[in-house]
Formats: sequence, structure tokens, C-alpha cells
Amino acid sequence: MCGIAGLIHRGKRSDVGTEMTSMLQALKHRGPDSTGFAIYGAPRENSLVMRFKVAEQEDITSGGFKIHQQIKDRKAEVDRRLTELGVMLSEEAEPTEYAYRYRFSYDGDLENLAKYVEDVEGAEILSLGSALELVKDLGDAAVVSSTYGLAGFNGTHGIGHTRMATESDVDIRSAHPYWAFPYNDISLVHNGQITNYWIMRRQMERKGSRFMSNCDSELLAVYTADNLSQGATLEESLRQSIDEIDGVFTYLVATRDELGVAKDTMAAKPLVLYESDDLIALASEEVAIRAIMPHEIDTYDPYEAEVRVWQA
Amino acid sequence: MAGVSDTEDRSYDMGMHTEQLSGRTQQIFFSPEDEENFVYPWAPEVDYNKRTELDVADMTPNEINKSLKGLMNEGYGSIVIRNPGAKHSIAVGILNRLNLIIDGSLGYFGCGLIDGPNVRISGRVGWSFGENMMAGTVLIEKNAGSTFGAAIRGGDLVCKGSVGSRTGIDMKGGTIIVGGDTGAFSGFMMQRGRMIVCGNAGKNLGDSMYDGTIYIGGQIADLGVDAVPAELSGLDKAWLSRKLSLYGLLPEKGVDHFTKIVAGKQLWNYDNLEPSEKKIIL
Repeated sequence: MCGIAGLIHRGKRSDVGTEMTSMLQALKHRGPDSTGFAIYGAPRENSLVMRFKVAEQEDITSGGFKIHQQIKDRKAEVDRRLTELGVMLSEEAEPTEYAYRYRFSYDGDLENLAKYVEDVEGAEILSLGSALELVKDLGDAAVVSSTYGLAGFNGTHGIGHTRMATESDVDIRSAHPYWAFPYNDISLVHNGQITNYWIMRRQMERKGSRFMSNCDSELLAVYTADNLSQGATLEESLRQSIDEIDGVFTYLVATRDELGVAKDTMAAKPLVLYESDDLIALASEEVAIRAIMPHEIDTYDPYEAEVRVWQA
Repeated sequence: MAGVSDTEDRSYDMGMHTEQLSGRTQQIFFSPEDEENFVYPWAPEVDYNKRTELDVADMTPNEINKSLKGLMNEGYGSIVIRNPGAKHSIAVGILNRLNLIIDGSLGYFGCGLIDGPNVRISGRVGWSFGENMMAGTVLIEKNAGSTFGAAIRGGDLVCKGSVGSRTGIDMKGGTIIVGGDTGAFSGFMMQRGRMIVCGNAGKNLGDSMYDGTIYIGGQIADLGVDAVPAELSGLDKAWLSRKLSLYGLLPEKGVDHFTKIVAGKQLWNYDNLEPSEKKIIL
């Protein structure tokens, strides 16, 4: 059934890494297969963070003796291509054998960069932006957060997802959040089923969009990216999706300084919302909100076809 | 009103058939002679004057429900649950009388399948709260999630705040009362019972309802298939006033402004002819 959660602090920063971990751990029963975080720190001018992987976790156990060397070779090829493009690398972290975090400066075309990197076998950019840090992996929130060192991450907002795989594989590729390729700092999590997935995917692919998985949720990220590329605001894109996306869904979208939500016309997927002057928190179940606010609070369920956008 | 048999007469005399149904729906009757229909032989005898508290902050839903069962087996008839933390499936399947107070909020499927307890909840509740409730009363002080009171068969399920979509979906009896607003598709495939919403109702109200009655105090976005307005009679007003007064929800301006919605009876009726109101006392 999957669980989604998000929060946004208004006018201040907080340890959103720990907060999102607590919220998603409380939703573990809704999806134990994988967990993902998209959290937003202070944007840095002239500096980008790229999270990417060159293999799946499963490849390590099933890939035989050669997989370790293959991973090294793939990473080396990514490095070579970045150097070739003129990327100035300033930070490099390797939380796992197969997933990496690079900070660099680059003033070229990001879409070309992304496509060139993803042309390397096994390579997938999980996120690219000046404020966004996107991590996702197999396991519950506590495991993924610990592996990627998210505790203490100082930021303004974040979204996350606990996944129960229903129609696609249990792997990082199919885990949420999705980065809205190739747009900086845009991420998305979704709970539901998109019933016109293949129709819309074929339309988007004909327009040149890239899909990395067969997960219907990825369509929403690509769809959002396409709308934004045509000049739509986040709120306009969310409202448009109510009419154009068929199925039952609740999804959250985060940008560098915004958090948005859209629900389908039947309100068939759950969402509980807490809203105060300085904090918005929303999740599939209230138990996730209680994980960061144990005191008594007022919450409510947004209604059908409801769209909301908040600023950090 | 007289029935066609002694059993029916006795049933009416006991006040068990206040709801008037018509059309293809037929009332069948609960027999007061059948004792097994009133109590569950294995349900514990409890004493309302025997009271205890249970702090569930560090307990799983399974542990909480087992603890509740254990306390009831010890004869506790008044139990206060502290720090429920919006956990799911709390206080489900209680089949005996009990005065249960929940100090805080519950998650989804709280108080599902209950048959008899009186429950007060100081916070809000999640999805599918009170699903298939059979008897008793539940009073929630704040808001509730979607599919509130799905398929309930009896008792009073009251939310003083607003509720999500599909309230009372497939309800087969009992009364749902909402102090605030309700979302889309409320009363969807409703078969029996009554729903009162003091505030506004979302789109497709009463869609495909077979029978039962919906009363709306505010605006109705639109009506669903085969849901039609009906005249608000004096009997309706008297019943509404009494019910809403019971829970402190009677509007200052009274109930004359309520809109009554019933089934147009043009759809196929899948009612499986269960007793319309099961029991009013234990």
C-alpha cells in the first residue's frame, strides 16, 4: 500500500534528516521493501549535488566475483565523463559500494550532463540540484538513514516514501522519491495506481522523456518535469494532473523552496495533514506526524481533488 | 405500528424498529426470544464501577488489544487508554458493554467490529474508523478520516469535527453523526440507517444508495445517482433534534434547515435482508 510523508518548516531550518527518518519509520508497516528520502538543505550558488548509483544492491549479492570490479569501472567511467565535460569536483562521498554523492560546479547544460552520465552501464542519477539530496535504498527508514548518514541534516523541507512493491521490482530503480529529470531540485513521492500509465508514458516517450523504471509513479515525475519545462507553476501542474492523470493517487512534490500535494477526484488514497504557522507535516497516516509531534495536535484529511502548495 | 406476527409486535413494542423502509427493501425482524442474538456467551461480564488506566505509549496495536481483553476478563468496565499515539486497529472487536475512554487520537480501523461498548475519544481518528460497528456509541471530539463508519450495522457513531470522503459507505444500519463537513461519495451504496451531517457534503452524495436516510445541514455539492431530496417531516425534525441534542450538536437555529436525501429506488437492490436495527441495549 506504500506510505508517503513530507514536512516543510516555514522561516527556519531544522534537522529534517532525523525528522523524516522518524516519520518514515512510523510508516514501515505500509511498505517494508524500500525507503527513500528527498531532503532540502540550503541552496549553494554555483554548486550542485549529484546523487547517483552504478549498480543495484541486489547486484552485489547476485553479480558474482566480477561485480565489484565492474562497479569500480563504471564509477571510473562516470568520473572520466564528468572530467571531460569540465566538471569541477569539490566533494565526494561513498555511502555504499554502489551509490555516491558528488558536489561540483558546472556551468554547462545539465540535461546533456545527466544523459552522458546515465549512458554509462548501470548508472542512474538519483538527484541533481543545489539544495536537494535524494537517497533511496532497500530496507526500512532507520537502516537507509543510518547507511546514508541523514541524521543531523539541516534543512527546510523533505518528502519520503516507504514502498510496498506491487507491480514492479524491489530495487532502487523502482523506489521513491523520483527526481524530475532533468530539473534541478524537484522530487516526487506517490501512493496509488496510475491507470493510464502506459498511454501517457508512450506520449511522453514520443516527446523525448526518459523513463528508468516500469513504476507508474515515475510517470508523475516525468509529467511534472514536462509541465514545468513548459512554464507551468508547481500549483498549475498539480491541478492539471487531477484532470489528466487517471487512477487513484496522492502525491507530494518538492522543489527548492516549495512543497505541494495533489489528491485524485475520489480521495481514494489516504493523507493526513497538520498545518501550523511554522510547520506543515503530512503523511499517509497520522502516526507518522505523531512521531515528530507527540503532543496533541489537530489534523484533518484533505478532500478529493485537493491541491495545496506551501513555501519554505 | 403493528407487525404481522407476535414476534414483530413484540419487536415494535421494544422500540427496535423506528426506521421506516420502503420500496424493494424489506424489513425482517430481530427476535427478542432469541437470547443468543443479544449477547455473546463468551463475552466477559464487566462492572462499570471497576475502573483502570492503560498507558499504551510503548505498546503495539496487538499488545494494546490483548491488554484490553485481559482487563475486561478481569471485570474492568471502565478503561482509560492514555497515549494512543494514532496507532491503528485499536479497540477492535469488543463484543461486550464497556465504558472506554481514549485520551488522544487513533489511526486507521479503530473501533472496528465493535458490538456494544460506549467509547469517547478526545482526539481524531483515521481511515475506516468504526467499520462494521454493530452496537454501542462512539463519540469523537475532533476530525475523522475517510470511509468513516463503513458498513456499520447499528449504534451511534458520532464525530464532532469533519470527516473525509465516502462516509458511511455501504452502511447497513445505525446512525452516523458528523458535526462538521463530509467529503465526496458519502453514503455511497448505503443500504439502511441514517446519516446526519451538520455541515456541508461533497459531490456525489448518496450515490447508488438503496435505502436509508441522509440529513445535511449545510450545502450539498451534488447528488449521486438515484439519490433524491425528500420532504423533511415533523417526525424527522423531532428525531434529528433528539439525536443531535444527545451529543451536544443541535444547532442554535434548530433543524428546519436540514435537507433530507433518500433513495430514488430505481437501482437494483442487493440488500441481503439483515435485521435493520440489531439491538439497542445490552
